[in-house]
Amino acid sequence: MGLLSDPYRRRALSRLILRLNTPLCILSYLAGLGWFLGLASPPFTLRSYMSENAMGSTMVEEQFVFGERALSYAREFAGHRKKVGGIPVAWLEKTMWNLGLEVYKQPFSRTLPFPDEMRERYMVKGTNVYGILRAPRAASTESLVLSVPCSTGQHNSQAVGLMLALASYFRGQIYWAKDIIFLVNEHDLIGMEAWLEAYHDVNVTGEASGAVGAGAGPVSVGARDVQSPLDVAVGGLGTGAGWPNLDLCTTFPDAFCRKLNGCCAPLQGRLQRTDWDTLPAYVHSLQTLLLMVLKQGSGRPQGDHGLFLRYHIEAITVRGINSFRQYKYDMGTVGKTLEGMFRKLNNLLERLHQSYFFYLLPSLARFVSIGVYMPAFGFLILILVLKISPEPQLRATAARGGLWAESRPGLLTLVPPLLICHAMGLTLYFLPVLGQHVATQHFPVSESEAVVLTVIAIYVAGLALPHNTHRVLTGCGSERSWMTLKLLSLLYLAMLLGCITLINFSLGFLLAVTMVPVAAIIQPKGPKYLYAVLLVLVTPAVTLLLSIVLYQELIEYPISALECWQLFLQAVSEGLLDHYLYGSIVFPFIALFVYPCWLLLWNVLFWK
Amino acid sequence: MAGVVAVVLGLLLLLGSPGGSTGPPRDSLREELLLSPLPSGDLAATFQFRARWDSELHREGVSHYRLFPKALGQLISKFLVRELHLSLTQGFWRTRTWGQPYLQAPAGAELWVWFQDSVTDVDKAWKELSNILSGTFCASLNFIDSTNTVTPTASFKPLGLANVTDHHLLRYAVLPREVVCTENLTPWKKLLPCGSKAGLAVLLKAERLFHTSYHSQAVHIRPICRDASCLSVSWELRQTLTVVFDAFSIGQGKRDWSLFKMFSRTVTEACPLASESKIYVDISSKTQENELLEVTPLPLSVHEASVQGDRRTYAVYDLLSPSLFNVSRSLNVQLKWKRPQDSLDLSTPVLHAQRYVSGYGLQTGEISTLIYNTHPYRAFPVILLETVPWYLRLYVHTLVITTKGKENKPSYIHYQPAQDRRRPHLLEMLIQLPANSVTKITIQFERALLKWTEYTPDPNHGFYVSPSVLSALVPSVIAMKPEDAEQSPLFTSLFPSSDGSSYFVRLYTEPLLVNLPTPDFSMPYNVICLTCTVVAVCYGSFYNLLTRTFHVEEPSSGGLAKRLANIIRKVRGVPPL
Repeated sequence: MGLLSDPYRRRALSRLILRLNTPLCILSYLAGLGWFLGLASPPFTLRSYMSENAMGSTMVEEQFVFGERALSYAREFAGHRKKVGGIPVAWLEKTMWNLGLEVYKQPFSRTLPFPDEMRERYMVKGTNVYGILRAPRAASTESLVLSVPCSTGQHNSQAVGLMLALASYFRGQIYWAKDIIFLVNEHDLIGMEAWLEAYHDVNVTGEASGAVGAGAGPVSVGARDVQSPLDVAVGGLGTGAGWPNLDLCTTFPDAFCRKLNGCCAPLQGRLQRTDWDTLPAYVHSLQTLLLMVLKQGSGRPQGDHGLFLRYHIEAITVRGINSFRQYKYDMGTVGKTLEGMFRKLNNLLERLHQSYFFYLLPSLARFVSIGVYMPAFGFLILILVLKISPEPQLRATAARGGLWAESRPGLLTLVPPLLICHAMGLTLYFLPVLGQHVATQHFPVSESEAVVLTVIAIYVAGLALPHNTHRVLTGCGSERSWMTLKLLSLLYLAMLLGCITLINFSLGFLLAVTMVPVAAIIQPKGPKYLYAVLLVLVTPAVTLLLSIVLYQELIEYPISALECWQLFLQAVSEGLLDHYLYGSIVFPFIALFVYPCWLLLWNVLFWK
Repeated sequence: MAGVVAVVLGLLLLLGSPGGSTGPPRDSLREELLLSPLPSGDLAATFQFRARWDSELHREGVSHYRLFPKALGQLISKFLVRELHLSLTQGFWRTRTWGQPYLQAPAGAELWVWFQDSVTDVDKAWKELSNILSGTFCASLNFIDSTNTVTPTASFKPLGLANVTDHHLLRYAVLPREVVCTENLTPWKKLLPCGSKAGLAVLLKAERLFHTSYHSQAVHIRPICRDASCLSVSWELRQTLTVVFDAFSIGQGKRDWSLFKMFSRTVTEACPLASESKIYVDISSKTQENELLEVTPLPLSVHEASVQGDRRTYAVYDLLSPSLFNVSRSLNVQLKWKRPQDSLDLSTPVLHAQRYVSGYGLQTGEISTLIYNTHPYRAFPVILLETVPWYLRLYVHTLVITTKGKENKPSYIHYQPAQDRRRPHLLEMLIQLPANSVTKITIQFERALLKWTEYTPDPNHGFYVSPSVLSALVPSVIAMKPEDAEQSPLFTSLFPSSDGSSYFVRLYTEPLLVNLPTPDFSMPYNVICLTCTVVAVCYGSFYNLLTRTFHVEEPSSGGLAKRLANIIRKVRGVPPL
């Protein structure tokens, strides 16, 4: 600090920063990128371990042997489902009651803001059925949830079968200290959200739902189970609101690997490699990490567990994948693993609070904690800081040189662009959904197409707006005013990225990697058209498009340009739906803040 | 020596003539076991042991105890207790599926005491009494202090003979976190005159009693009328124990039961000190067809009573009648269901309630209580008592009571706000429940930040809020004729019934578990390091940078004269100009 209070050295330092500004920025960008790529390699990752003693792998001895019963329940359930043509409520109620559970059902209905064409639903009506296993000798103060989605399209009968078999096995045991809620929810996430809101007696997303009949105290941990045949993946991560506790994520594969002679569960749909320090292994874990970052950045709940996290309930999703390997696991093994998890969770005296809540997983056995991955972002933000700091200096030197002697425009010139950009943002946020009916009347498109196309239209229209309003005010733009505007937009960008990174690192990092360098170099002089192309390339919409391409490459499912465009349209509508249905913040964040900020940069570029 | 022999002889004589007409303190013991199948198929077993003593305990000089336990008798005379009710409960009575209980108790420990009006310092007496009881019953009753004690104004009336209703003599406390186990059962059993050696108490085998879904043991002491004219007072001690057996898990899916299956013991004899020893089995069926149940051995007599607004039939086994043990030496009551129960159409009790915390996040929340009145045409009032610890700051202006979509104004509200670290919130309301309705009561609260030493060792478990208490006179469907308390079975006679058209019910809701904002206790070191660094390094320098302006002072060389002068000054040793 003495460095800064000494005027000589201070001047020398600022001169250094000024002179080496560009190399420093480039260095910082490369460092940030390199750091991020390095996250998948050993020095940055720690071995996963269990902080909670009660969750240790040897704490319980599983005795579930009713795989056959699970399969027969599954067949019966499938039959009844086919007969009813939906969720067989009556059969489920009867079966659960016969197992000795307290059974309730919860009807709910929800009208989507616009029709969801992918899943073909608009006005959703459904019923959640749940049975509560009351813990003997406990006063219903805590509970665990095992939920299985039962939607029309999915073939999830085996999961229901396994759940019922587990329920019947659990009912006979006396060691339960927490109520266990067995929930079959219809219309996957919508049903789950309806149930959670009714359970907490809150109304976050305006869903009309029946009350949940019997409270069973706060849920401390929810686990969710989706299985199709016989291989298991942990899809635990990458949700809108946050991360489940790392302990919970580790429990499952830990138990699984231990029981099943070394074959580990896959993460992000990718099987794990056993070696660690070879190049292919590094590439493999980097790809897994990238997949995770992309998924997390999208802000979508990757499974029902994502909705639990808002209520501070740790939850993971276990999803079966169909692999082509020779050995497959039978229901008994999967049931045993789940039994082990539930008994460990049952043994917990407190909520999961140790371990990590913010982390990235390059593989299940290793993790990157928040303290390690944040510097990657820090380096990127440093560019903005470096760019911001010389501006006053520049101005000072310029003023001394008498460059700006002619006019000293006040901050008034900055008000119109700011207002216009944010008005665009507000339009982008509100108009598509409000104006969908008008759009369908005048154009031959469906509602959901109308919404997506309106979004894109408004987005593009933002570029063409008259951005030179300052000229009306001051007569002529000046060197100084664009610099002030650029300074302002850089500050704004830095603040936005800093905030979003704290809650969603992946989104923040993706935006920073693309937007920061271009934002740093932009100016209304020099190769203007090159700058314009660059700026368009880093707009959030293009980032989304590129992310989709990258994602498809990573899951080794390359697509053509047309498919890519289709996926892009789908992603936009999904993003809107996620916001309106589950309260995801990505769409409003982009529409209300990032897009206006980007428009400000666009303004700077075309400043005259 | 001779004196000692005389005393011993005298004692022997006294023991030899139980209930003799000559001995001034007359006492008696009744024991009773009620087995009632619950609507859900589970089975509740309620033991009651009543010792009655025709003696003035408050008068000095009572030193000879026979059936009445001395430990409790001395407490009563020392602290001038008028009534004492203590219950220790593990589990939660699920009124909705199990029906109305005969004796309900909240999860955890509950203690409420009425003192005599001659007690000057009630709080001191309460404190000492709870500490002594804590030792007697091996329970954490010593944690009862001013932060969880309240003085309800309307909910807890004396159950016994009383002409004082000044509620300042009442103290009430609940410890919802108390865990009940064998260590609490043993001292309770030791209060019984026969211990667990003979009589019904033989069945009280801890291993089986704690293999149940609900376990509640209680001690009720109250003064009662000595005879019909009620000119003098007798003392009554009731020890009750209720357990609910999960018929499903012990019967492997079948709901049949027998004494041996439940308690792994059978009854062989009555307690020799007891004047009455009976087993009642509830064999009344809802559908009027007695085909449903089959009890073996065949009961010698059948008792019909109207209990809780319902006419019920009980098979009675009188252990004192010699014919009972004629056939076999032990009694193993068995019950078989003739056909499987039909599912899902459980009859719900007239009054039941449910309570939960709603909302999410760690700043605010809402306590919601739902009270159901399923009576088809009668409305009745209910008194609700809420005790909320001080660290949940209630906002009384957010209190909303709605029934059928309309606001329901309580006719009586008593609210005593909390004082931080000194006393809890107390909210008592008299609410009218319309027929066939659900009443929702919500009140919002804010979670307080505790001092770091005030957190429990497991702060992430959450903090308990004691159950709320509902007291109501529920209108009965049938007319009940008042019975003589001495003749009727014990399970009907704890709560005094006012008239034939209604019966008294006290219900407890679930305790709540609330999370408070909890610091990460594992990181004080990190936090200390970080704050110290920030304060020491960054703050001071940044403050300097921000508040001071730095000017570069060009070193003025000065004239030749000045330089010379300075050299001279340097030589002289004085500071330069």
